[in-house]
Amino acid sequence: MSATAEAGHGPGDPHGVDEGKRDFLTLVAGTAGAILVGAIAWPLVDSMNPSADVLALSSVEVDLTPVPAGQGITVSWRGKPVFVRHRTGKEITEAEDVKLAQLIDPQADSARVKPGHSQWIVLIGICTHLGCIPLGNKPTDPRGDWGGWFCPCHGSQYDTSGRVRHGPAPANLELPPYAFESDSKIKIG
Amino acid sequence: MAGLHKSELKNPVMNWIDTRLPLFTLMNKEYAVFPTPKNFNYFWNFGALATVALLVMIATGIFLAMNYTPDASMAFSSVERIMRDVNYGWLMRYAHANGASMFFVVVYVHMFRGLYYGSYKSPRELLWMLGVVILLLMMATAFMGYVLPWGQMSFWGATVITNLFSAFPLVGRGIVTWLWGGFAVGDPTLHRFFSLHYLLPFVIFAVVFLHVVALHITGSNNPLGIDVKSPQDTLPFHPYYTVKDSVGLCVFFMVWAAFVFFAPNFFGDADNYIPANPLQTPSEIVPEWYFLPYYAILRSVPNKLGGVCMMFGSILVLFVLPWLDTSPVRSAKFRPVYSKLFWVHVASCIALGIVGAHRPEGWWVVLGRVATTYYFMHFLVLLPIIGKLEKPLPLPESISRPVISRGGGPLPGGAPAKPMEKP
Repeated sequence: MSATAEAGHGPGDPHGVDEGKRDFLTLVAGTAGAILVGAIAWPLVDSMNPSADVLALSSVEVDLTPVPAGQGITVSWRGKPVFVRHRTGKEITEAEDVKLAQLIDPQADSARVKPGHSQWIVLIGICTHLGCIPLGNKPTDPRGDWGGWFCPCHGSQYDTSGRVRHGPAPANLELPPYAFESDSKIKIG
Repeated sequence: MAGLHKSELKNPVMNWIDTRLPLFTLMNKEYAVFPTPKNFNYFWNFGALATVALLVMIATGIFLAMNYTPDASMAFSSVERIMRDVNYGWLMRYAHANGASMFFVVVYVHMFRGLYYGSYKSPRELLWMLGVVILLLMMATAFMGYVLPWGQMSFWGATVITNLFSAFPLVGRGIVTWLWGGFAVGDPTLHRFFSLHYLLPFVIFAVVFLHVVALHITGSNNPLGIDVKSPQDTLPFHPYYTVKDSVGLCVFFMVWAAFVFFAPNFFGDADNYIPANPLQTPSEIVPEWYFLPYYAILRSVPNKLGGVCMMFGSILVLFVLPWLDTSPVRSAKFRPVYSKLFWVHVASCIALGIVGAHRPEGWWVVLGRVATTYYFMHFLVLLPIIGKLEKPLPLPESISRPVISRGGGPLPGGAPAKPMEKP
């Protein structure tokens, strides 16, 4: 405790405590300490963000020539399954003709394919319900009532555009970023 | 609610917590108002610096361990991946590697402070011994940590040092096989060294906790080596020593940063950037600088078992130091003979370090043997003798009145400092 309690006086007082100066010093020291802790903490935290080699693997090229019409393949991209399906003419027409009002998650087929390449549908193969991988790439797989994909976990069904038609999934199958490098090659990511 | 701690905090939330788990009261008692001798010099900063070094080593180590693979086929490249691909990986690796050197620098200065000012003497014997335990744990941790990058020096340093245990008769080879988990240093060795290297720092932390508790029971020593006689000899730890320690901490971080950013491989051995090759020994096997004195002692003795015993003995002798030094005076400031011998001892430690860095041939062998002999003679022969024979200088009255008055009235200007008021 203070033996001689002298209240702080203003600057220039030779005997007492300059509270203003003390407050300033405390503030500056505290700020410097906070900056130091931040400067140490940030590199540690950022080291947990994706590293350069993970970022380098963030895109993958897919050769489309081995995929005949009516079939799809599954490609691994950023640790996730991606469906690349070669749609038949019938499947394309079915997808395009659906009225948007009938859809659980309305989206036109044209917004889900690249112009001039509507026979190719590229989707992230993760059911938007709880994350299982739906069946449907092989013609022998169950494809659900709309000819797209069928999720065996809880019965969600997707059409040939990957749009959800029967729940419990709430949303259409997600589209990864991709582009056509040529008619027979796409780059995902 | 009898028996509950009665907290004095005004804030209702803090009061509620503090009544049930008085951490705030504890921190206030041990690190704010704690009466600390007012005459500390900067050598008393080094214990706090060692604690900070330990915490930074643990933090960087945990994050490095997120990216390191302790398998012989992948360890070296996982470290290179940390250096090249992981965000700030280079910074964490260099901070951790140089941090080990910084940690030993501050601990050695901390120990030499203890030797000079008699901080190991009664009633602080156990405090000192806990410190020696911490040193041994640090040495084990550092040794195993150096093996992890699996470079040439990692592998061959591990081979040489684990082979030391074969010096023990009968059980020696069995112990070495057990340590290796095989017939040579290899993958099993690396895996277990990684596990233990992650574990031991937390054991160090626990022993540091005991070390600080023991210190708070006895109170700190001070440069005069005389006991605190009244509160006027002391200052509250906060703000005086929190601020002073912050200054020391800034200098410490600046030195550490100078190595990390401008000379990150200064302490390292170039051979450790070559992946381990069990079929090729490097031309010189040299440990890191902080092990060089012990390495010199080991190689000074022409007998294998003798060398091992002397090397371990050089640290074990520190355990019994409080009983070897017979002087009733603590601080070398008042010990005219010991204060000279202290510096001879420092010189012998440095000489041993330099000897350890060279091949054991020619004059280096002679110097190594002379320095080893002095090292043990200092503790086992000189300290017991000069404690009895030395005539110490007269001790001051108290910390507040460090000059003895030569008759007449009290000294002018001897007013003790008033502790700062709480803001």
